[in-house]
Amino acid sequence: MNRPNSRIEPAVTQARPTAFETGWLAGVSGYLRKVLAIVWKDVVSELRTREIVSAMFVFALLATLIFQFAFDLRVDNVRQVVPGVLWVAIAFSGVLGLNRSFIMESDKGCLEGLLLTPVDRSAIYFGKMLGNLLFMLVVEVIILPLFALLFNLPMWMPGILLVVLLGTFGLAAVGTLFSAMTVNTRAREVMLPILLFPVVVPVLIAGVRMTGGFLDGTALSEMRNWMQLLIGFDMVFLALAFMTFDYVVEE
Amino acid sequence: MAKGRDLWMLGLDVIAAIAVLVVLYMALVWAPDAANLTTPVERAAQRIFYLHMGANVGAGLGFLVTFVASIIYLFSRRRIWDMLALSSAELGVVFATAVLATGSIWARPTWNTWWTWDPRLTTAAIVWLLYVAYLMLRGALTDPARRARFAAVYGIFAFFSVPLTFMSIRWWRTIHPVVLGGSNPEAQGGFTLGPSIRLTMFVAMIAFAILYTALLVHRVRLERAAEEIEQLKEQFA
Repeated sequence: MNRPNSRIEPAVTQARPTAFETGWLAGVSGYLRKVLAIVWKDVVSELRTREIVSAMFVFALLATLIFQFAFDLRVDNVRQVVPGVLWVAIAFSGVLGLNRSFIMESDKGCLEGLLLTPVDRSAIYFGKMLGNLLFMLVVEVIILPLFALLFNLPMWMPGILLVVLLGTFGLAAVGTLFSAMTVNTRAREVMLPILLFPVVVPVLIAGVRMTGGFLDGTALSEMRNWMQLLIGFDMVFLALAFMTFDYVVEE
Repeated sequence: MAKGRDLWMLGLDVIAAIAVLVVLYMALVWAPDAANLTTPVERAAQRIFYLHMGANVGAGLGFLVTFVASIIYLFSRRRIWDMLALSSAELGVVFATAVLATGSIWARPTWNTWWTWDPRLTTAAIVWLLYVAYLMLRGALTDPARRARFAAVYGIFAFFSVPLTFMSIRWWRTIHPVVLGGSNPEAQGGFTLGPSIRLTMFVAMIAFAILYTALLVHRVRLERAAEEIEQLKEQFA
């Protein structure tokens, strides 16, 4: 193989720099590459161990079954409880995955390695956040058809998918930051839900309300308030997490 | 400790004590019964409203000061701001507990239940939980610098999530009376504010603000003393 070595002779391999290699575009695409590299690292390690997504999925299923025992005999119309059950399953299994996300890094000393890499700290945040989002979405993609099957409801509709995506985004945005925080505390597995759930209450309320609304056939225009709340939450807390992540991982 | 500062703090204590006594007198004796309440029990229970609103001011101030001190800590890294954030959050939780307790005592005769899952009440409970979580986070960290940094970050998140949570309840029906600004047709147990009732309420709110300030000054001083002791212990160990 005759691979040109760009480190020794950059002038030869990069005779004419494109817009992607100079100026702000280069900065953006370079940043994106770093973020995606961190996401890819998490995906690869998950593909090898399969310990996060499978645990999240089984936990979500168990939560659903327990709700079945708790509600089934007393509720006439499952439609009334299914949105709540769905979001509790999403929130609880999400916490499980978010917890693993940084425990995995810190137990094997990988967090130090990650912090030593020559990337902006915010790239680490976005990488871990997108990885968590991806794992949670994978679980939801399996859970939603299962809900449709178990409760005989049309869960696989664009509206519900959009709400689940936006809600999960909010959970992952806040949860990733808090996961990086609680990994350093005593009783760390317990701390994350205690910190996370009070903060993400608006996501859960809006998620339950809109999922219920779509199941009842309400138009999106009638739930504009909830949609704005959800998008507002996602933007505000993503920005806050982006700004404060440096303080959390600082040594 | 300087003499002048002791005197200043004593003065603040005396003012706070007098203010609380004045509020108790105004709320329990001076203020007239609310005109539109019929049963004697309801009229008696209404008088807890002044302390309820006062404690609300204490809780609000507590969480606001925690938020501001958290931001300043992250920029300045001076320990005093962390102590202020901790002290204020503790006081906020105490006052918020008082808000929940006085509200429950009032709700029992008026709504015929200690607690109802009204959105307004639920939000109050969530805010309480947010700051209990803040204190638990502090308790779970041993390294002082890290504890201060993480607590400051959480203090900022907690404060931002309050208006969002509050917004989400505004779109729900609520039976909690809105006393200041606007009337809620769904409200149960509300009453009209006569001039003397309004005056008592404002005096109560100011008095609780003074009480909060006095307690905060003492709590920060206590925290400083605790740190001095830690340093002395290290010196002689």
